[in-house]
Amino acid sequence: MAEISLRGVRKSYGPTEVIHGVDCEVADGELIVIVGPSGCGKSTLLRVVAGLETISGGEVWIKGRRVNDLEPRERDIAMVFQNYALYPHMSVFDNMAYGLKIARVAREEIRARVEKAAAMLELTPYLGRKPRELSGGQRQRVAMGRAIVRNPAAFLFDEPLSNLDAKLRVQMRMEIKALQRELGVTALYVTHDQVEAMTLADRMIVMNDGRAEQIGRPLEIYDDPATTFVAGFIGSPPMNFLPDPEGGGVTGVRPEHLQLCTPLEGLAAGRIRFTEALGAETLAHVALDGGGLATIRLDARAAPREGEAVGLAADPARLYRFDAAGARLRA
Amino acid sequence: MSGMVERRGWGLVFTHLALIAGLAVVCFPIWVAFVASTVTQPEIVRPPLPLIPGDRFIENYTAALFQGVSTPVWRMLMNSMVMALGITIGKIAISIISAYAIVYFRFPFRMVFFWLIFLTLMLPVEVRIVPTYEVVAGFGMLNSYSGLILPLIASATATFLFRQLFLTIPDELAEAARIDGAGPVRFFIDMVLPMSRTNIAALFVILFIYGWNQYLWPLLITTKPEMNTIVMGLKQIIPSSDDVANWPVIMATAMLAMLPPVLVVIFMQNLFVKGLVESEK
Repeated sequence: MAEISLRGVRKSYGPTEVIHGVDCEVADGELIVIVGPSGCGKSTLLRVVAGLETISGGEVWIKGRRVNDLEPRERDIAMVFQNYALYPHMSVFDNMAYGLKIARVAREEIRARVEKAAAMLELTPYLGRKPRELSGGQRQRVAMGRAIVRNPAAFLFDEPLSNLDAKLRVQMRMEIKALQRELGVTALYVTHDQVEAMTLADRMIVMNDGRAEQIGRPLEIYDDPATTFVAGFIGSPPMNFLPDPEGGGVTGVRPEHLQLCTPLEGLAAGRIRFTEALGAETLAHVALDGGGLATIRLDARAAPREGEAVGLAADPARLYRFDAAGARLRA
Repeated sequence: MSGMVERRGWGLVFTHLALIAGLAVVCFPIWVAFVASTVTQPEIVRPPLPLIPGDRFIENYTAALFQGVSTPVWRMLMNSMVMALGITIGKIAISIISAYAIVYFRFPFRMVFFWLIFLTLMLPVEVRIVPTYEVVAGFGMLNSYSGLILPLIASATATFLFRQLFLTIPDELAEAARIDGAGPVRFFIDMVLPMSRTNIAALFVILFIYGWNQYLWPLLITTKPEMNTIVMGLKQIIPSSDDVANWPVIMATAMLAMLPPVLVVIFMQNLFVKGLVESEK
């Protein structure tokens, strides 16, 4: 049975509709990442699930209950916010215990649950401290601890890592995934970072302009994007789009599927504008003769010089064709 | 701090001289009043003004506290204390609750109410004193503590201050508390109040002094000597031309009138600074 189920979820602010009907069934223990550019409605969708925003149409079900009209606390969820939202005047212990205190859980039970969560998150030495005495990563952990102690049906994460520096972000990403697996809890995770989405997700919802453009496993989406938006958004560097000779659409090809060839053969020709040597590989940016840029992922030692004229070739099986509206054309 | 403005030699000496001179100008009258409250009546009236405290401290202050000129000073001090505390606590309680309502609840005409409160800034007691007197008299509250306190209890300034403070509390905090299951009252008690405590301390100091120093309103509505406040009492003990003034007792009364606001500033400042250090950043 689905743990969370979104059925035609819509949200409008006055006359403006920002979510145009999203359907998704989330299985028990699944980690679903909602990814999209800013303003696509991903955070709003999460807040509708949490009950922080009212729903304008459709239904949200959590653990077999229709929760449309329930208060957030009655929905059996816990949420981790981007800015942590820790209570600044309370100790770490009190921050984690607050929800349980309100729920009138027995004092010993609260202590046991908070200590267990703190041990899991390596926060035990900090239980007596105030949030301002902690580093960003530790605050993030307290926010997660606050979610864990409540033992909810689902975790909702709203861009939890965007306030951390790059290195810590990678580390916390792994920790979140490990923790979610260990607890076996269902999670919805919102991010604008497609790398975060790819690495964390069991399945992801790629959102654009209030619509779920594609829902699927990360590699499925990477290998088989449904629209130009998804193809361009997922993958770094993004997919290259070349004008399609037949019809008004475009042909997409991923940087790693392009090879260099002599200028007159292949799909397109151009000059190397500049190269980025990353060590294991080199990215070459080619200014195409017909206008536009294309990126090729090359072996580090086989990189051409800047300014060199090159041709681009690709295996026809690796080409993705899209129509003028951006939808995928399947052979 | 030391490196903020570099001053050496004569510049430094001059700055200090100017500061000391300023301090002396402010402190000298207070010192004279204190000295006058510790000597005998003939010593004050005799031409060279005494500048060294005398030996009548206990006698003069006892006389002021328990006999006074018309009303015992302890009675007026108590009246002032009740009025100042009533105004302070009432103002803080009302303004923090109304600011909470305006910031966190969406109700019809919310902004209308906010602007109505804000408009009252333009109507201090002095402007509306006749109609207010009429209302208070109509309720039979002349010569009563409620008559002294209630007309002064609403505060647009404090409401506005708390509103600005609440607007800086991130929305996520309210949302996190909502998910944790805190209703509006719990959120107010567990989050908003503790986070406002430095502002409450600062307002307490300001409003206490405001309340303590009220003059016109108590003068208008208290006619019985036992309801006089100390500030209006001060005015009344200053003799008219043909009376013989008991200056030591008058000066002792003045010193006693100054004491509570000074204590509040000293004591609350400590709390206020501690609150500042403990808060975020």
